[in-house]
Amino acid sequence: MSETAAPMDEAPTSAQSSEKIIYRHTLWVRSWHWVNAIALMVLLMSGLQIFNAHPSLNWGQTTNFDHALLDLSSVDAGNGKLRGVTTVFGHPFTTTGVLGASKGSDGQYQDVGFPHWVTLPGFRDLGTGRRWHFFFAWMFVLNGALFIAYTLWSRHLKKDLWPSVADLKTIPASIWEHVQLKHPEDEAAARYNVLQKLAYLSVLYGLLPLMLLTGLTMSPGMDAAFPGLLWVFGGRQSARTIHFLSASGIVIFFLIHIFEVFAAGFFNEMRSIITGRFAIKTHTPTPAADPEFCPVPSQGAGE
Amino acid sequence: MNAPVINRRLAAGLLASAGAAALTGCDKLSENASVQKVIGSAEQLTIASQRLILSPGQFAPEYKESDISPWFKPNGTSDPDDEDYANHVQAGFKDWKLEVGGLVENPLSLSLDDIKARPSRTQITRHDCVEGWSCIGKWTGMMLGPMLKEAKVKPEAKYILFRCADSLGDADDGSDDYYESISMVDAYHPQTLLAYALNGKPLEVAHGAPIRLRAERYLGYKQAKYVMKIEAIDSFAHIHGGHGGYWEDRGYDWYGGI
Repeated sequence: MSETAAPMDEAPTSAQSSEKIIYRHTLWVRSWHWVNAIALMVLLMSGLQIFNAHPSLNWGQTTNFDHALLDLSSVDAGNGKLRGVTTVFGHPFTTTGVLGASKGSDGQYQDVGFPHWVTLPGFRDLGTGRRWHFFFAWMFVLNGALFIAYTLWSRHLKKDLWPSVADLKTIPASIWEHVQLKHPEDEAAARYNVLQKLAYLSVLYGLLPLMLLTGLTMSPGMDAAFPGLLWVFGGRQSARTIHFLSASGIVIFFLIHIFEVFAAGFFNEMRSIITGRFAIKTHTPTPAADPEFCPVPSQGAGE
Repeated sequence: MNAPVINRRLAAGLLASAGAAALTGCDKLSENASVQKVIGSAEQLTIASQRLILSPGQFAPEYKESDISPWFKPNGTSDPDDEDYANHVQAGFKDWKLEVGGLVENPLSLSLDDIKARPSRTQITRHDCVEGWSCIGKWTGMMLGPMLKEAKVKPEAKYILFRCADSLGDADDGSDDYYESISMVDAYHPQTLLAYALNGKPLEVAHGAPIRLRAERYLGYKQAKYVMKIEAIDSFAHIHGGHGGYWEDRGYDWYGGI
């Protein structure tokens, strides 16, 4: 979101509604967004590579090898075939092809938690997965620190992201609009709607910091420096589970985010996050479009 | 502004093929030595930051008796395929000696009884495997620091090297032999032990008998089992693959604190 939604230039106007280009995302926001997008993608895929070394989740300090919360494994299905089994709270589900057992790049079924096409690298290599993960974790942290400083300094947080009481009152209406896939194309599109604000805030100040803190809790060195981390998350294995769940939350956010980009207009949305320019429709007829134009000060006069 | 539907399809198609290309590209990148070097460089940043916030004497968390895992998972080698070692197991390590040498003024050769007679410590700590699992166990062992002082480590020594009886591959030229190295800061840490007992019982072969390293602020692969020889060194560049440890030579980070 820009500091000002100032018109940059006027697009050719039509009879009823005209279009104007506003500057929607500052260079800071755009740069942060793309560095973060790349870092999160690499972190997710290398994270799944690391997860595959022990495709199981536990609660507490230690691993209970007999009773995991979640476990991906494979069993011999005869004829040299493998059956993938996902066990959630002790309930087994067959997930051959995706979880537990899936085809490798050679076309043969292999005993692997997540399939090779979502891991980085695509072949089994924990050491290299860790290198990718920690390099991009640093990138994510430095980029995030700069962004948090920016949101405070530029008041981006206060002006554009923090919902007002009036915003909160529009939650039911906004949910209904989202369900109907109705997206404002007028001045309202220049601002984030209340659900957008809440989603961005919970990712920025909820899930992303949680990823970092639970990630650090898995480090024996960090646990020596800050034993409080273990207390906060209920142990190293709990931290690992929360790390996995938060990552799943970010994946869900990402899927909705991409869906909304398509639903709200792929070209316009992509242009705005790459160049900052975003087209909105103005309902007030301009003199050029309407010879009988009579200026009315209040917004929405054209409706 | 609404983009035409064809644009959306085109965009989705482009994204999908870009994704597929990225996947093969990433594998190529992962195999590239320069890329490995760049992404591996973050390790130096991690070491520098952890050294900054983690004071040399800070302890790894210790736990209660009731926290001890009912089963401690043995990992890596659980029975070294080595004739000399097998003979020592047969004899109950009666004639076994730990050699302490390298950059020291007073080389030592210690029997298991010598080790047990030296300053010891018992600690209940969490063992974190690089794979992701954790077990809690009670370790008893000789503190490494006092023994290094007795051996009079020379000031130029930067690392303590551990040579082990196990090898994880089948090379017979010794290139698959397990080894590890730790910094002097960690070598003198009060929780750094050469452990000879787990949960009050003599260390089993599966856990690294007769002695294994415990460097509690690090991951499992730093905790070398079957330690036969200790050397004070100033560089590990000329030892095996040159990265300071068996797994380090195979792409894992030397630091191992995260």
